[in-house]
Amino acid sequence: MEIDQPLRVFRGHPLDIVVSSMSSDAHTWNLVYLQLLLEEQGHRVTNLGACVPDRDLVAHCRAALPDLIVLSSVNGHGAQDGLRAIRALRRCAELAAIPVVIGGKLDTAGGHGTTTADRLLAAGFEAVFAEDSAIGAFRSFVATLPRRAVKLVGA
Amino acid sequence: MLGDSAGPSGQAGSAGQAGSLGPAGSFGEVVARRHAAGALVVQPRMGFADPIRMRAGLVATRSARASTVGTITLDSYTRVGDQASVLAALHAGAHLNGYPIVGHSVDTTRAMVRGVLGPDFPIQVRHGSADPRRIVAAVLAAELDATEGGPVSYCLPYGRMPLARAIDCWARCCEQLAEARRLGREPHLETFGGCMMGQLCPPSLLVAISVLEGLFFVQHGLRSISFSYAQQTNADQDEEAVAALRRLVAELLPDVQSHIVIYSYMGVYPRTPQGALLLLEESARLAARTGAARLIVKTAAEAYRIPTIAENVLALESAAAAAAASTDATATDAAPDEQHRRRPGQPADTGIHAQARSLVEAVLEASDDIGRALRTAFARGYLDVPYCLHPDNAGRARGFVDPAGRLQWERLGSLPIRHAVEPVRSAPITAAGLLDALSFVQHRFDHRTPSDRARKPPGEPERARS
Repeated sequence: MEIDQPLRVFRGHPLDIVVSSMSSDAHTWNLVYLQLLLEEQGHRVTNLGACVPDRDLVAHCRAALPDLIVLSSVNGHGAQDGLRAIRALRRCAELAAIPVVIGGKLDTAGGHGTTTADRLLAAGFEAVFAEDSAIGAFRSFVATLPRRAVKLVGA
Repeated sequence: MLGDSAGPSGQAGSAGQAGSLGPAGSFGEVVARRHAAGALVVQPRMGFADPIRMRAGLVATRSARASTVGTITLDSYTRVGDQASVLAALHAGAHLNGYPIVGHSVDTTRAMVRGVLGPDFPIQVRHGSADPRRIVAAVLAAELDATEGGPVSYCLPYGRMPLARAIDCWARCCEQLAEARRLGREPHLETFGGCMMGQLCPPSLLVAISVLEGLFFVQHGLRSISFSYAQQTNADQDEEAVAALRRLVAELLPDVQSHIVIYSYMGVYPRTPQGALLLLEESARLAARTGAARLIVKTAAEAYRIPTIAENVLALESAAAAAAASTDATATDAAPDEQHRRRPGQPADTGIHAQARSLVEAVLEASDDIGRALRTAFARGYLDVPYCLHPDNAGRARGFVDPAGRLQWERLGSLPIRHAVEPVRSAPITAAGLLDALSFVQHRFDHRTPSDRARKPPGEPERARS
């Protein structure tokens, strides 16, 4: 999808960010929104779209070595799919230091149980954004991320 | 569930039907009979992993005070062919968001529908899969034969499978289904093309893809087809779009048993129960006004979570009552036998039919093989779905919601409709602007009051926000 160029306002260091759904989630409006939001902050976004199998996610991230990986899910399988995805990402040594966050509607209960978030954090997510109001927290989180030194040197 | 002679708001089904073991009625035939009798068929999106709960959902659907058909919605692991996750979830007792028809045995599914499926209660399996070959095999093995989707509508919006592969898979699935005709069954397939992306796709493109998928199904052997159209942001525009769809189907597929199915709004839903009900009722009135035969309802709970059986039944009954009231209100001047046969009047022509026809013709000119024509069309941008992230979608066309609530073209990319439409160049979309557009309907209906129902004529535009 083409994103309108004039909106790319540069604010500080741009990050390379991968935005992705997970294996079973077909929703994409959440991904389009996140892409626009991050690009408005001046970041560069690769949007992998809907129903991205773990192996494709890992393969893309290994090739791109982004500064941040953002997983978004709203179909109710996000907690299960997220645990599997983070294990696959964390098994990969090149990706060990890259922050991975997850957000959306992550289970079928519609509640905001802390146990789901705790399990996701314990499995290796840097942060969990599981409520409508979490978008502000997500923006603040992204704003605090440094561009990784290794990429500055290697760029 | 109703007998054929019952009216649209009908009576609960009799207990005697529960023991029925007769053959299932053909889905298309049953809907056509109900339509001829003046009843709008209403259908839920229900799906549960547990066969006992799934069966209870079907029984409740059949018993609802409405003219209903059944739905088995599959879970999203089955949809993407991830059997390992299905089996792991079943084993662990984890929640699935639908019925895993490939994970459960054929015997389990047959037992689940036995006595519910019957000559006047067909069941449609809904799945969302770009490669539904195993699903279709499981559907046919369970003696079901109605399903839905399409090579474009279940590929582009929902995954990364190459369009060419989805087209091949769907060609084979159509042929699998069509094989059942040799056994005296009449399998039914519904195009999901009129629901692309759920929201923010201008209606002419929805109509064109719905028609093209129907043509694809017929080329691969099916003879009973329904054409979908999802309620969008403006009732007048929707009415024009459904009329355009009906006209194109009559022009291009005159010899096929077909009907039109309306989907209650598929985008961001009102958060208040009152707003959700008003939106559902508006979709039922759209179906009644446009002479659609079937309506897929949505529940108020879906904005938060997977709805319960009772919430589904409530949505079915509310929609049926709204459709019946709309039909009665508009048919007072008609002769009694015309009452339920009212066809749409003449909604204002803003060019939806001309645009849709140009799109369909441009695709069909690419090849006699419709699958090949669809591939070529997307590669050239003759079909281009706004905001679709799929790698095979050009992504250069874009729509927006105008102040009157109509979906308009902002950019056409290579869509071959420049002669028929003047795209409006609006300000580039921002994240906040996207959220506003996505929640236009939500805000409009959450801010309406029940008395608006009586005051406001359907389709009157209003602003979502100041």
